[in-house]
Amino acid sequence: MSENANPLAPLACLADVRRRRGAVQALDGVDLMLPAGQVTALLGVNGAGKTTAIEILLGLQPADAGEIVLFDRHPSDLEARRHVGVMLQQAQLPERLQVGELLSLTRSWYPDPRSVADCVALAGLDGLLGRRYGRLSGGQQRRVQFALALCGRPQLLFLDEPTTGLDIGARQQVWRAIRRLVADGVGILLTTHYLEEAEALADRVVVLDAGRVRAVGSVGEVRAQVAQRRIRCTTVVQADVVAAWPGVRTAEAVDGQLVVMAEQAEPVLRRLLETDPQLDDLEVQRAGLAEAFVAMTAATDIASDTNRQEAA
Amino acid sequence: MDTTTMTTGTRRPGTRVRLWRCYLLDTRCELLRLLREPMYIIPTLLFPALFYVMFGLLLGGRGSGGAARYLLATYGVFGAVGAGLFGFAVTLAIDRERGFFALRRALPAPPSAWLVARLLIAMLFTLVIVLELAALAVAFGGVTLTAGQWALLWTVTVLGALPFCAIGLWLGSLASANAAPAWVNLLFLPMAFLSGLWLPLSMLPDVFARLAPVWPAWHLAQIALGATGQSGSTPLWLHLLVLAVVTVACCVLALRRLVRAV
Repeated sequence: MSENANPLAPLACLADVRRRRGAVQALDGVDLMLPAGQVTALLGVNGAGKTTAIEILLGLQPADAGEIVLFDRHPSDLEARRHVGVMLQQAQLPERLQVGELLSLTRSWYPDPRSVADCVALAGLDGLLGRRYGRLSGGQQRRVQFALALCGRPQLLFLDEPTTGLDIGARQQVWRAIRRLVADGVGILLTTHYLEEAEALADRVVVLDAGRVRAVGSVGEVRAQVAQRRIRCTTVVQADVVAAWPGVRTAEAVDGQLVVMAEQAEPVLRRLLETDPQLDDLEVQRAGLAEAFVAMTAATDIASDTNRQEAA
Repeated sequence: MDTTTMTTGTRRPGTRVRLWRCYLLDTRCELLRLLREPMYIIPTLLFPALFYVMFGLLLGGRGSGGAARYLLATYGVFGAVGAGLFGFAVTLAIDRERGFFALRRALPAPPSAWLVARLLIAMLFTLVIVLELAALAVAFGGVTLTAGQWALLWTVTVLGALPFCAIGLWLGSLASANAAPAWVNLLFLPMAFLSGLWLPLSMLPDVFARLAPVWPAWHLAQIALGATGQSGSTPLWLHLLVLAVVTVACCVLALRRLVRAV
């Protein structure tokens, strides 16, 4: 994989990691490297293996096979995890503790934590320190979890859906904090359902699908690996005819219109116009990350859908 | 891949994690969590004294002074068993279910801090309970013990919470947050009764006295009674052995379960 050419030494990596959970192969030979100073976005539908990959990297569950390295050590080593900050999507903190108490507790686990004031400023916790966690809004709780993740001055940050439930202002603040941390050399592993978030923040994208890495690269590279152009028009030409043309990835009829995903728009357009001079409502778009992602995972959807239901 | 090229990062000199500080903050946070949860704290801290007043002082006081003396020891054990079982099982089940346990494991929280904090709290609560009972026994029950007997009784009871912490640890590693209190009560209340903690077993049919050695609480009660000069016929080492075996077995089962589960 092209990752080996990366000039930056990785902070953590998975090499050919396999993990079976029940009947499901949750990870099926996954390679993943997390470099410093970069945001790596881990994308995939529910059950693609994102959570399993993160839990193995953090030592929360073992791998059946493969190599796992976190700061030169095994993740079960406390010393390795002292370089790591974590925000887990499903973790609820003790409701009866105040935000300041949670922050002091978490800071005590790190050798050189950020000051409370820094944590408050980075995560936007003004006025919340004396409040009980259980009495905060969902967005405020998310910010507290973000503060706990970064309070130890980690060099590697695991952020699992960090902005779910945040309003636009709070999301912008988290994005700013992430960019600041990255500028300081922190490596970040981000999982998100918001593809625009991955597009806005990620230096690298790793697409997981059914326990395998489907694509790795910059946002642009991943986008380039799939249909680059989306053509939409009203035409009498049948979708199944167009699907057989060279350079066409997919063609389908949507709401009475033909939608074609093609590597290059021009040859397909030329042929479409030759075949149907009456063609109307023509629209050509560059595919976004969302479409790249959907196109990449759609191919295997039907085959593996039943397998994936419980792999998360 | 050459792992030796990976960065380990720099750290400001002279900074390291101070374990005693982790223990202190963890204990403080756990204590605050419990104190802010009246549903837990009131039964744990007040029921042993309440039952002692009812059965030891009001009912038992009409007869000889023997009831006040016997039940002083057994209600202390009752308190220790409750503090150990509830303090571990319920809080562990909640933290596991809500993901806080996994987050602590993902973050560099020292695993020993979790254990030390809960052990200290269970022993602290037991100490509060035995002091309450002592005050009641002296003031209203006419119980007199030598200073050495008091000290031994308190030490036995406070340390006696440990095997029940281990049982609670095991239950908490298995049960869901909703089921944990039910499981604990299902074990706690019958065991307390059948071990003679509420009433002397001599007041019950003989079969209960013969079955009593299956309950760890009975063995602790015998040691506590021995400390106040009311020894039974079973040798001390046998009680200690049973409690040690229970402690080790439950710890092993719990840790095996907790290592596997996320």
